[in-house]
Amino acid sequence: MKHIKVINKPSLIKSVQYGGCGECQTSCQSACKTSCTVGNQKCEKK
Amino acid sequence: MVHSFCVNDRYFVYDVLGASLFEIDELTNDIIKQDTTEENDLISALAEKYSTEEIKESLSELLELKSEGLLFCEFDEGSIKKPHDMTVKSLCLHVAHDCNLRCAYCFAETGDFGGQRGLMDLETGKKAIDFLLKQSVGRKNLEVDFFGGEPFMNFDVVKELVNYGREREKEYGKEFRFTVTTNAMIMKQEDIDFMNKEMYNVVVSIDGRKEVHDRLRKDAGGKGSYDTVLKNSKKFVEQRGEGQYYARGTFSAYNLDFSEDVLSLIDNGFEQISIEPAVVDEKLSYAIKEEHLPAIGKEYEKLANIYLEKRKNGQWFNFFHFMIDLEDGPCLYKRLSGCGAGCEYLAVSPEGDIYPCHQFVGNKDYLLGTLDEGLKRKDIMEQFACNNVLSKDECKNCWARYLCSGGCSASAYKFNGSISKPYKISCELEKKRLECALYARAVESQDAIDPAI
Repeated sequence: MKHIKVINKPSLIKSVQYGGCGECQTSCQSACKTSCTVGNQKCEKK
Repeated sequence: MVHSFCVNDRYFVYDVLGASLFEIDELTNDIIKQDTTEENDLISALAEKYSTEEIKESLSELLELKSEGLLFCEFDEGSIKKPHDMTVKSLCLHVAHDCNLRCAYCFAETGDFGGQRGLMDLETGKKAIDFLLKQSVGRKNLEVDFFGGEPFMNFDVVKELVNYGREREKEYGKEFRFTVTTNAMIMKQEDIDFMNKEMYNVVVSIDGRKEVHDRLRKDAGGKGSYDTVLKNSKKFVEQRGEGQYYARGTFSAYNLDFSEDVLSLIDNGFEQISIEPAVVDEKLSYAIKEEHLPAIGKEYEKLANIYLEKRKNGQWFNFFHFMIDLEDGPCLYKRLSGCGAGCEYLAVSPEGDIYPCHQFVGNKDYLLGTLDEGLKRKDIMEQFACNNVLSKDECKNCWARYLCSGGCSASAYKFNGSISKPYKISCELEKKRLECALYARAVESQDAIDPAI
């Protein structure tokens, strides 16, 4: 493609029906303590 | 829904529901901003800037990606399996409502959270560990953050609680991840050895440059704390090995050039870095206000370039807010759960009172119960459990909703009087950080393909 370069393909949709295991780290415990960010957390199963 | 944006003169488009990312040219960005795929409308809207052929070509690429399911992804967000239970798996233990520093921007009101100064006794701490073990039905990984005030003012109790937790976790078939958040003013070699053996993560508060740190992080006598903090934290980090830690700074209106503080931390040997905006009353001289947002945005872009350049040239470091994993990041359940405050994450005061999170401690309207009496205010916990990006007006149409997950409930309450009304300045900062994180991710990904880029 001339105008668009794919950096990465869709991934979120895979977990629509997955209820989650609840084992990953609580985001506020990792570093921030003031500004919640979840997208940068690790998945415990990967 | 897609979000197109520009960082450091490069254009990108992020698909909100797919979490897919693309680098685009300016023409494609202009097409996306028109919010239509009607060819004739686009041609007439953009005729002054681009030829018809160029517009058709770019539009055709966009439609091709759409037909392949890579862009303009859709699914029914109402069908996402929602977080439903209130299983507590994480505690912030306020082992010391006292502090050896008097940092101006401290949300703990220099350590006492607006109450009396005091330390958690061992018996209360053990009750908290037992409370977590019993509450966390169905969870294996449990988290306890030793917090304050300054937890090292009560570190003998911290050590005993870790040992107690290690004994009890075996009985329950669970695993504690202990963490500590400290100002590094008191840190003996035996404490460093203990942390390196037992602590999953250590967060050390240090703001960057000496003059920046000392301006707001003074001791009770008014003396800057930088020299002591740097000496102790450097010693700790040198011995930390591969273990997780963060040098966590706070920036305020006094240092909007905070990328210089990140550089100072790097120069001092820190590789895991987080710099957070001060969240304080807007009347204070160092408060971050709306008028500062453009300058902060530029500074995040500058930091993103420093991040890329240093990492490319072999001086690896990590910036907490630029970490983003688009392939294997958290599931949608987690993204809807947000920070978990008030349901899976709770805070315990030195007296054993239980609150939704560390920032609510001392606010009696949000007292959920006590370690002796248990959780009494399930109604409040329910409010937190239901407070997600799909329930909040400001979040449900925001492009960043599945990356930030709704922001900090405590900030929302502090500034807007409601946990469901996000604090606008935090939202704007978060969106800019995310754009820079996506930019850094895109550039590093392309460098990996073509090192000449």
